[in-house]
Amino acid sequence: MPPPVLSVRGLRVEFPTRRGVLTALSDVSFDIAPGEVLGVVGESGAGKSMTGAAIIGLLEPPGRIAGGEIRLQGERIDTLPYDRMRRIRGKRIGAIFQDPLTTLNPLYTVGRQLIETMQTHLSLSDREARQRAIGWLEMVGIPAAAQRVDSYPHEFSGGMRQRVVIALALCAEPILVVADEPTTALDVSIQAQIIALLKRLAREKGTAMMLVTHDMGVIAETADRVAVMYAGRIAEIGPVRAVVKAPKHPYSAGLMASIPPLDRKVAHLAGIEGAMPRLSAIPPGCAFNPRCPHVFDRCRRERPELIETGTTRAACWLYDPASERQAPELLRHG
Amino acid sequence: MAAFILSRILQAIPVMLVVALISFAMFAYVGDPVAIMLGQDFTEAQRLQLVHDLGLDQPFFVQFATFVGHALQGEFGLSYRLSRPVAELIAERAPATLELAFCAALVALLVGVPMGVYTGLYRNSWLSRAFLTFSLIGVSLPTFLIGILLILIFSVWLGWLPSFGRGEVVRIGWWSTGLLTLSGLKALVLPSITLGMFQLTLIMRLVRAEMLEVLRTDYIKFARARGLSNRAINFGHALKNTLVPVITIAGLQLGGIIAFAIVTETVFQWPGMGLLFIQSVGAADIPVMAAYLLLIALVFVIINLVVDLLYYLVDPRLRIGRGAAGGH
Repeated sequence: MPPPVLSVRGLRVEFPTRRGVLTALSDVSFDIAPGEVLGVVGESGAGKSMTGAAIIGLLEPPGRIAGGEIRLQGERIDTLPYDRMRRIRGKRIGAIFQDPLTTLNPLYTVGRQLIETMQTHLSLSDREARQRAIGWLEMVGIPAAAQRVDSYPHEFSGGMRQRVVIALALCAEPILVVADEPTTALDVSIQAQIIALLKRLAREKGTAMMLVTHDMGVIAETADRVAVMYAGRIAEIGPVRAVVKAPKHPYSAGLMASIPPLDRKVAHLAGIEGAMPRLSAIPPGCAFNPRCPHVFDRCRRERPELIETGTTRAACWLYDPASERQAPELLRHG
Repeated sequence: MAAFILSRILQAIPVMLVVALISFAMFAYVGDPVAIMLGQDFTEAQRLQLVHDLGLDQPFFVQFATFVGHALQGEFGLSYRLSRPVAELIAERAPATLELAFCAALVALLVGVPMGVYTGLYRNSWLSRAFLTFSLIGVSLPTFLIGILLILIFSVWLGWLPSFGRGEVVRIGWWSTGLLTLSGLKALVLPSITLGMFQLTLIMRLVRAEMLEVLRTDYIKFARARGLSNRAINFGHALKNTLVPVITIAGLQLGGIIAFAIVTETVFQWPGMGLLFIQSVGAADIPVMAAYLLLIALVFVIINLVVDLLYYLVDPRLRIGRGAAGGH
């Protein structure tokens, strides 16, 4: 296996507040291989977006990385000074944000925004940069790119703007793209196009991608592997097929069961009882234990690490041979 | 564009007419010009003759129309106090006020905008706190007090700068300028600071608030995620987005600077329109007051028009009808 593009180990993010330090992420570890798409799913507030922000080095203050490490092609990047990290952002790690209506500067033409990004990172003459800007707009499927390069963001629709954002994220040819909910703000009919475009470009350029979303459909279609996050930790991580078809962690199982099946009628859509705990009130032991249908004593006492389940790795005591209770047939075989 | 300017000019006409009506009303209700012009001894026949000569026996609207007609030609009659044409008096005084207002606006913008950007970017530095405290003083101290304090420090104690007047002026055609002589420039310093101080602090606070707002937006975060330099982000992306409200306020404030130079001109005995106005008020010199009122209204109307045009330069979203929005 080639060395990973991105390697996150034991990442911990804290927010100092007046009422003490809140731990927003803890013990988050994963790798992304070259050209691989890692989907990150979970409820709002599970820490998906924050993981992405930590990787690009743009955590909202007062949030800070309090432990662990982030390596890009083996080089440690979480401790770099602001200006060295700035040179990595855009050049080696591209970012795509959620809402294309607000991510583009309204006062500059899309061409100018593309050109300034490329000229910041690549040594290009004005003419070359402009040619490339037009090339990128064509590549992301904007019709009449040579004319539209001088248009302002408000002259584009939402879907078209997200295409521009994608061009901006990719224009310096990064090796990794962090896409934070890239389709959430778009019409359903546009979502599929944008996902297809992202997938195609990532394949063509060999770009690795971290795709943060709460849309399981997007994950199933795009990702190679999936990480399910819950209350600031990874609950389960594994190949997309295994996690979607046969989730091992009871939380992943609940999440997958809540997707309405298209092939048959269901009288009642399954949900997960209760709500994710607030950061200030995470229960001892497994954070999911108050909502877990399979909970037993050990879950309330000890916090589980990721354990091999055969197909995936899940943070659940049901898969520890030493536990007094083992995973039921339903979970074990999907 | 031409249609836009035309429509704004058409909108300005009623505004100017209303102001003209107010200045006109001053003649009728503030003092009696006939009594003032006749003096102590007169016969009823003389009085009637004068009323007829001045057109005061004509219907109200005819009088008003005559007034507007004359105003359009820049004719406001004779000053009661100085017995000279009002237009001539104002033309003589306008360069002094306009130069003062221009320098005050320059001070306000060139100091206020950078201070606003700095305090927006480095919210917690001690220099920002010092600027904010200073701005509070600038906003709350009345103009005449600032002027007197500056005179006390720089003219009386230090003796660096003159405390009154314009210094030597050079005439270029009908325009007299103090910008070309050393004493003229020195004389401009204190009045400009005094007049611009309030605007300076206002602009600084406005730019700061707008910067804080803009720096929180997604497109600034995205610009950081694209790895742009801090300079490009702060002074290109962020500052440009704060400009629309700043232009509005700065524009209106410039009008205010010209109109309310009265206090500063009085403190520094600056021979401008404001001083002329305050002296005219003292002598109930209504033709001068009426002309001044109309002129200031005109200044505001023109500044508003320029501000609207600047919006179009800064914000492409306002340039309607240029290229159609694309579909999906």
